[in-house]
Amino acid sequence: MDEWLLIAAMSVLTFTPRYLPFGLAGKVKIPPFLERALTFVPIAVLTSIITQSSLIREGEMALNLGNHHLLAVLAAFVTALISRRLFVIVTVGLITFLVAKWLL
Amino acid sequence: MMGTKSKSQLFLQGAVDSSPLILAAIPFGLIFGALAITTGLSAWATLGMSLFVFAGASQFIAVSLLASAAALPVILLTVFVVNLRHMLYAASLMPQVANLPQRLRLPMAFWLTDETFAVVSNKVARKEDTSGLHWYFLGSALAMYSVWATCTVIGIVMGQQIPDIASWGLDVAMLVGFIGIVVPNLKFRADWACAATAMFSTLITYNWPNQTGLLFSSFLAISVAVLLDRRVKISMEQNHG
Repeated sequence: MDEWLLIAAMSVLTFTPRYLPFGLAGKVKIPPFLERALTFVPIAVLTSIITQSSLIREGEMALNLGNHHLLAVLAAFVTALISRRLFVIVTVGLITFLVAKWLL
Repeated sequence: MMGTKSKSQLFLQGAVDSSPLILAAIPFGLIFGALAITTGLSAWATLGMSLFVFAGASQFIAVSLLASAAALPVILLTVFVVNLRHMLYAASLMPQVANLPQRLRLPMAFWLTDETFAVVSNKVARKEDTSGLHWYFLGSALAMYSVWATCTVIGIVMGQQIPDIASWGLDVAMLVGFIGIVVPNLKFRADWACAATAMFSTLITYNWPNQTGLLFSSFLAISVAVLLDRRVKISMEQNHG
C-alpha cells in the first residue's frame, strides 16, 4: 500500500470534521439548548477517554492493583479535588505510576 | 480591538497554560514514532503523518491497523469515526470563532487537538476575558505541533534502538493530564452526572468496534447532563415563581 496515499486520505478525514463546525460558525444559528449541551463536551469526551484507557487494559476491565494506569488516575483524581493546578495533578499521577510500577 | 493583553502575550500564555498537557503528550509522540517504525512505516512517512495528519489517536490506530494488515478502507473508516469527537470540540467552540476570518479558522481547525481544546475550553469555562482567544489558541496549538513533530523524530530514532518502548505504559501521562482538566470543572450536579454517565457507559460499551462506544457514551453523558441542567433551571423558576 502506498503510505503517502494513506497519509493524504487520513489528512482529509481528520481535517474535515475539525473544520466543518468552524467553517459554518456565524453562518448557521445554533439553538440555545444545543449550545448549552456542547459546553458538556469536554467533561463527556475526556472522561470517556480516561475510562477507556485506565479501567480497561488489553481489552478487559481491570479493577485491580496490578493496573498501574488506574492507580495513577485515582491518585490524580484525589489530587485534583484538593489542588486545581494542572502541573501538580500531572506530577502526582506520574509519580504514583512510577512508584506502583517499581513496587507492585 | 484588543483586550488588555497583547497578541504575543496571549500567544505565550496559550503555550504556557498548555505546557502540562504538552509535557504529558511527549511520551505519546515518542511511542508513536517508535511504534510506526517497528510496524514498517518509513521514517519519512512517520514524520509526514505527524506533520500532515496531526491527530495522536488516529495516528496510533492507523499504525496498529497497518501492523495487522487491515485494508485501506477499514483504516480510513476507523480514523474518521475516531475523529468525530473533534467535530464535537469544534462545534462547542463555534461561538468563539464566529467572528474570525476563514484564514484564521482554517489553521485553527487543522491544529485542533484534545490538548488544545482542553486548555482553550477551560479558559472559556472560567468565563475569563476571551478577546483575542485565537492568539491563545494558536499559541497552544503551535507549541503542541512543534513538540509533537520533534517527539516523533526522537521516537523514530528510539524505535530503532529500543523496540519494546511502546510497552512501557508511558501513555498514562495524557490520562492524568485529562484528569487535571476535567475534575476542576466538575462544579454542578449536572457536571458530575455527565462524568459519571460517561464513565459507566464507557465501561458497558468498551467492546464496541472502532471506538463507537466512546461516541455513544459521550452523547449519552451530554444528554443526561442537559436533562439535569434543565431540571435545575425549572425547579429554580418554580421556587422563585
